[in-house]
Amino acid sequence: MSENGLQFVQQIINGLTLGSIYALIAIGYTMVYGIIGMINFAHGEIYMISAYVGLIVITGLSMMGIEYMPVVLIITLTMAMLITSAYGWSVERVAYRPLRGSPRLVPLISAIGMSIFLQNYVQLAQGARNIALPPLISGGWRFGDAAGFQVYLSYMQVMIALATTAAMVGLTLFIGRSRLGRACRACSEDRGMANLLGIDTDRVIALTFVIGAALAAVAGVLVGLYYGVVNPFMGFIAGLKAFTAAVLGGIGSVPGAMLGGIVLGLTESFTSAYLSTEYKDVVSFGLLVLILLFRPTGLLGKPDVEKV
Amino acid sequence: MSALLSVRDLGMRFGGLLAVDGVSFDVNSGQVVSIIGPNGAGKTTVFNCISGFYRPTSGQVSLLGKTISGLPGHKVARHGLVRTFQNVRLFRTMTVVENLLVAQHSRVDTNLLTGMLKTRAYRAKEAAAMERAGFWLDQVGLREVANREAGNLAYGQQRRLEIARCMVTGPRLVMLDEPAAGLNPNETRELDELILLLRAEHDVSVLLIEHDMKLVMEISDHIVVIDQGRPLAEGTAAEIRNNPDVIKAYLGES
Amino acid sequence: MPGQLKGALFSAAVMLVLAVPILGIQITTEGSSVSLVGELHYAFIAAGLVFVFKLLERPLSTLLGMTHAANLLPSADRMATYRPAILTVLIVLAFIWPFTASRGAVDVATLALIYVMLGLGLNIVVGFAGLLDLGYVAFYAVGAYSYALLTEYFGLSFWISLPIGAGLAALFGFVLGFPVLRLRGDYLAIVTLGFGEIIRLLLNNWDELTGGPDGIGNIPKPTLFGLEFTRTAKADGNIPFHEFFGLEYSGTYRVIFLYLLALLLVLFTLFVINRLIRMPVGRAWEALREDEIASRSLGLNPTNIKLSAFTLGASFGGMAGCFFAARQGFINPESFTFIESAIVLAIVVLGGMGSQIGVILAALALTVLPELARQFEEYRMLVFGLVMVLMMIWRPQGLLPSKRPRMELPT
Repeated sequence: MSENGLQFVQQIINGLTLGSIYALIAIGYTMVYGIIGMINFAHGEIYMISAYVGLIVITGLSMMGIEYMPVVLIITLTMAMLITSAYGWSVERVAYRPLRGSPRLVPLISAIGMSIFLQNYVQLAQGARNIALPPLISGGWRFGDAAGFQVYLSYMQVMIALATTAAMVGLTLFIGRSRLGRACRACSEDRGMANLLGIDTDRVIALTFVIGAALAAVAGVLVGLYYGVVNPFMGFIAGLKAFTAAVLGGIGSVPGAMLGGIVLGLTESFTSAYLSTEYKDVVSFGLLVLILLFRPTGLLGKPDVEKV
Repeated sequence: MSALLSVRDLGMRFGGLLAVDGVSFDVNSGQVVSIIGPNGAGKTTVFNCISGFYRPTSGQVSLLGKTISGLPGHKVARHGLVRTFQNVRLFRTMTVVENLLVAQHSRVDTNLLTGMLKTRAYRAKEAAAMERAGFWLDQVGLREVANREAGNLAYGQQRRLEIARCMVTGPRLVMLDEPAAGLNPNETRELDELILLLRAEHDVSVLLIEHDMKLVMEISDHIVVIDQGRPLAEGTAAEIRNNPDVIKAYLGES
Repeated sequence: MPGQLKGALFSAAVMLVLAVPILGIQITTEGSSVSLVGELHYAFIAAGLVFVFKLLERPLSTLLGMTHAANLLPSADRMATYRPAILTVLIVLAFIWPFTASRGAVDVATLALIYVMLGLGLNIVVGFAGLLDLGYVAFYAVGAYSYALLTEYFGLSFWISLPIGAGLAALFGFVLGFPVLRLRGDYLAIVTLGFGEIIRLLLNNWDELTGGPDGIGNIPKPTLFGLEFTRTAKADGNIPFHEFFGLEYSGTYRVIFLYLLALLLVLFTLFVINRLIRMPVGRAWEALREDEIASRSLGLNPTNIKLSAFTLGASFGGMAGCFFAARQGFINPESFTFIESAIVLAIVVLGGMGSQIGVILAALALTVLPELARQFEEYRMLVFGLVMVLMMIWRPQGLLPSKRPRMELPT
């Protein structure tokens, strides 16, 4: 393969990695939106918190002398998912549930307040600096011309792909097969009706926040390991990007969020490789605006009919 | 005589559901026309298609010969076609008179600069709007509550205010969606008189969705019956009353 | 009571789960090695606070409900009769005050006035039109960079740049709002958030024009009819303010002048907004916020009406930005982060959406209090976030809610 071809392959690998992360976070946005029709502005911060929890658990385990990689990874992911889920649940409980039935602007503002609060809470508790993470999984494969450009596929990237796929399959099965999953789908079709049919909609709403948070936790831990660095501000931009992914795929649609994440990841990786690294965020947000203008329902979304 | 409103072969599909299919009728100038039909027959959908809230999937709606189907709601309103809603939609925190002022938005001076400088022309237009508002409050008997919040009015008053809010825009055709719903017999009779007054003195036609058969039969010049989204029959009150299909599909039930 | 106790215990337990990892354990780094330090007492304090709060929540909220702000303040009717008099006195005091206050205090007050301007501007968008704009800082930045660049490249004065900057910000608002305002409310929020970031990224990366992260310095201060407030005149043939009036040179004149200028701009803003809300467009904003479907059925064009609020709000942001650049004399992208948007939003929310006096008081409080309590500065944003959540739960209408003045029909 020519050098350009190899470059291209490398960008696809990087884009898919990034896209998997976006997809995981985007699901949280899309599920909450699907059910209560609102953007969970605090979701990016939830993801950031999970990265911290992951870092703390890994460090704690290594201080206890547990360093066998699969064990560390499983314990870390489990802990991060549990604690982050508690955060997701609490956000819903504090910033959304008391405001059910208020004008739309009200929960929106409280969610933004929550997001600002969480960011500063972590900043005060853990400091505003970057914290570096010891690499847990290092190494990878190299392909291509030994003298010229080599495509690099790290074990970590494979790990991200695997974990993302596992999470997605699990979620799809859950939504498709389980009783609670069915309740979720019923609520996103018509919440009032679901309520009349005896579904505890409050519980379902809480559940979507929890599921979203758990998936964001997977993303947070993986990102922490992949980039090897966390800070309290990482949730803001990542949240905005993941939201873009959710809208791109069609907000409210879970497969859409997955697709949107991948498309956005690829776009970004190609932008930074072929255009400019500085402007990759500008391109992503520009993309968001363009989609909203020309296809607000996204790639896989359903058009919603206004009720008069 | 060309029709004021003409609806031709109107169709509206939501996904797989054909909510309205092949509905056609005319409203002539000065007429009161009613659309009746069982619950869920698609009457309100027809209204939404005509008033521009839905874009009909097929067919054509024209007002005074101009096609209005596919136009957004606010443009339809500016052509002289305004409506009320099944569940009253007032600006509840605004006062009664301000509800009527907002409705005249397209008739007053909305230029920011002249408003900022309170030019003479601006003040004249504001005064005229206020006068029209006062006139219509008198017509519907709400002058004494003019400065109260609309949300605090009694239900019957809210219904009347919603009609006054339509009239103050100076429309050619008013569409009323179940105006008698929730009114007591006394209030219904007043509504009956109000509708006839609109037609007699203010040169508007009225298109009505109504379940109160007594009201419909009394004031309608023409009645259109819809069942399951399809036109079932149309004609005068007498014709409808004796139409076997209608009796079977609709009146027979109740 | 046992139910409440159980609830409080449960909340405290949840708080413990939340707080132990983040608040209770701290990551410390030494060189490349990372280790943990237990600070568990913080987590227990947090859980204890939640427990007490949950126990007292119900009695507390009834208490809050009783001492309604309306009962504390004189009734609106009585206020109305004295209103012109009170306002005149307040304005006169605001003009006299800087001559009696310390230079530092006047400087802080000037900054507070900038936030008043921003709060009033955003209040048009959020409070009156009900549109959530999370990228308001972008218009502030456009105004600031307009003046900085216009004066650097074209030598334009502050007074000429001020309307241009406001106009450019309005143009940005128009161009962004035109496509976006037909979308649903939350999309608008996120798009404006993204737009704010785009503007900041552009300012940061477009080095040739904006100086990148280093920003632009040496921005001239405003002049008083051509009189400069410098020790020696910068432009040829100019005489500085103090020489013109035969005074000793003092930097205080400049500080006071800037304060008075800010005050005038605030009064101008107030005047314009007060006219706007009595005009048809003000009525239309409220109607649209109340019921968009009914508005459309009456011939109101929602996009145009929202656009007017968005554009006007943006222009005041631009105006504030111009003044900010002139006051600082130096700007860089750091001044235009999302935090700024959040502060302005907190001002609007706290003051009461749609309430101008509320917004003014909130702006003063939120800028002056942190100055007084500098040791708590790092808690500022934490508190702002919390205030936004709590306000939405307890008093979404703000501390001093107010209604748009009504047109009255004699009955």
